[in-house]
Amino acid sequence: MSVLDKLLPEFFIKVDRDLCIKCGQCVNNCGFSALLQDKDKNVKPIHEKCVACQRCMFVCPTKAIQITKFPGTQKHNDYWDPEYINNIKKQANTGGILLTAAGTDKLHPIIFDRLFLDACQVTNPSIDPLREPMEIISYLGEKPIDIAIEFKDNSYILKNKLKPNIKLSSPIIFAAMSYGAISLNAHKSLARAAKESGILMNTGEGGLHKDLYEYADNIIVQVASGRFGVDPDYLKRAAAIEIKVGQGAKPGIGGHLPGYKVDDEVSSTRMIPKGTDALSPAPHHDIYSIEDLAQLIASLKEATDYSKPVGVKIAAVHNVAAIASGVARADADYIVIDGFRGGTGAAPTMIRDHIGIPIELAIAAVDDRLRKEKIRNKVSIVAAGGIRHAADMAKILALGADFVTIGTASLIAMGCTLCQKCYTGNCSWGIATQRPDLVDRLNPDEVSKKLVNLIRGWSLELKEIMGALGINAIESLIGNRERLRALELSKETLDVLGVKPAGR
Amino acid sequence: MINIDALNMDSRELNKKIKESIEDGHKEINIINVLGQRFIGNGIQNKELKITINGTVGNDLGMFMDGVDIELFGNAQDGVGNTLNSGTICVHGRAGDVVGYAARGGKIFIEKDVGYRVGIHMKEFKENVPTVVIGGSAGSFLGEYMAGGILVILNLDSPKIMKADAIGTGMHGGKIYIRGDVNANNIGKEVVILDIDDDDYKILKKILGDYGKKFNFNSEDLLKDNFIKLKAISHRPYGNLYAY
Ligand code: SF4
Ligand code: SF4
Repeated sequence: MSVLDKLLPEFFIKVDRDLCIKCGQCVNNCGFSALLQDKDKNVKPIHEKCVACQRCMFVCPTKAIQITKFPGTQKHNDYWDPEYINNIKKQANTGGILLTAAGTDKLHPIIFDRLFLDACQVTNPSIDPLREPMEIISYLGEKPIDIAIEFKDNSYILKNKLKPNIKLSSPIIFAAMSYGAISLNAHKSLARAAKESGILMNTGEGGLHKDLYEYADNIIVQVASGRFGVDPDYLKRAAAIEIKVGQGAKPGIGGHLPGYKVDDEVSSTRMIPKGTDALSPAPHHDIYSIEDLAQLIASLKEATDYSKPVGVKIAAVHNVAAIASGVARADADYIVIDGFRGGTGAAPTMIRDHIGIPIELAIAAVDDRLRKEKIRNKVSIVAAGGIRHAADMAKILALGADFVTIGTASLIAMGCTLCQKCYTGNCSWGIATQRPDLVDRLNPDEVSKKLVNLIRGWSLELKEIMGALGINAIESLIGNRERLRALELSKETLDVLGVKPAGR
Repeated sequence: MINIDALNMDSRELNKKIKESIEDGHKEINIINVLGQRFIGNGIQNKELKITINGTVGNDLGMFMDGVDIELFGNAQDGVGNTLNSGTICVHGRAGDVVGYAARGGKIFIEKDVGYRVGIHMKEFKENVPTVVIGGSAGSFLGEYMAGGILVILNLDSPKIMKADAIGTGMHGGKIYIRGDVNANNIGKEVVILDIDDDDYKILKKILGDYGKKFNFNSEDLLKDNFIKLKAISHRPYGNLYAY
């Protein structure tokens, strides 16, 4: 190996010899083989292999191990970031495409942080959610334009024939993450938590493992270009069906689940041979137009006797409003719009970091367009990609979304530390891996509780925010841009958002 | 057996009729006057059902289907056997694009020519091996991204050297048999052209036997002609595309 082939390590593992009791827990827990023990049980770090997943630090009983940035430095350069320099070296070595995972880590402007919610003062009262009813139950699916009610025999009868809708206890859905990209224990945790919380999880495009069949009422199944695991049973064993066209982390490109993550169970769920790359082509080969999309939607509805909502997931791209309008007219019951901060188990770095637009702008544009075209009722709008906390959720609802999906946030609740190495299949937290030794450490009993807690916490916070706004039903928050103000956003951005500057 | 006259019925109505007939316990359904109705047999799971269709069907004949035996006397549009799970679809005529897209089982027999992107992303798992046989020729992107299954092109009355382009691009499993030949620059870089060996011969003999029965001719005679096989070079064609 020539010196030109070498890369300096990104991280530096410090083991404090005085504190270390040589228990070896860090070594056993490192999924990336960055730690070894010599014959005297001394811990030997291999800095180059460390990805800063932090597992060793969490498990070390004496806190003898610390991961830091590699202390050796380069001449400071604000333009040529060390990451870019390292990447060029990697590519000079391999000639390959840079691969990464999770959502973009680049410092693109964060619109959420420039938006502020309103509150009631004096002129109209705020509501205390602890004492008064606060409705955040949400329905996924097409709504009627108006309703006809008849009063008969002392009760109200709805005269409309409603399209299928799914009732969720809170406007939160676990984002689509496929079995294959994440482990079966991770999938089980999500399914169990969805059921317990009264919300939905999404299989992603990797099929539905038989252990999840019992959670069917809380599962959205995805139909993606690879059509993995899609058979009539799969479609019938779901609360809703989602056609995945695009993903915020990698708009316009397909997915490559590397063959080394396709073990026996993944292969039987995806219905492809073991060890084969699971390749999802960039487009669906039966969708080259809105008309084709309408046809696939119709086909899925036909196959399931019009009994469940069929949604479409697209990435937030430049023309997202026009596309969403087409999708709504193609008879989708909901649209997921995935912003450029959306996560992934694997994506080319250039695509993840440079394609797509922020979810805040996309949702505002889509909501606005569908309202103007008088078809907003035809779809629920689901905002995805980079929702970090309940306030982000409240803001995106006020910009026009009916639901949010949470992927990264749910992974973090499960242990994820955002090391962005999901594509290696070595996730030390047992999430983005199929290695039995790693998968076993993720206990669905424990982890599903964490997820249930997260949903509870965010739901309570959402109610608090609504209370402050003097709003007692989620419908009054959705698209209520009047209750948002912006700080230091350009006129153009304000225009797209339909939000006034703070102080006006 | 029940007869359904599809004249002036829209797709949804026709499919509802079919499903009602199944619920009534019919094992054979004969449909006449079909004119462009879509999704016939879509998502039906029934191993004892036979549907005979007369006319021209619309898109997605037998999509997501599981176990049904469909025989069409007439032409089909796009998406015959799209995401097929199991069962048989036999078309006495031509079919359009994306026949057998992502099929993971079942058999599709087409008498004449088909359009583009046929057999794209077919899969296989254990004993489920989808088989698509095309009597005529096929358009470009044949077997693209194929992950499994068997695709046979017989070129019965078309030029023996296929005109289609980008055959087997991105293929990473399964086999394509072609009666005749292809130009090396018309195939994807992920596949190789091979001569057929004894195992292939056995596979083809069986498949052609079934095919011949459907269309009433001794198709095994075709085995005297030259066949080639396209096979994926790797199960992981893009394994070294990335810089880690
Ligand atoms: S890869 Fe993770 S577990 Fe291994 S040394 Fe680095 S931080 Fe610790
Ligand atoms: S899921 Fe695992 S591998 Fe992926 S970012 Fe989180 S900790 Fe890292």
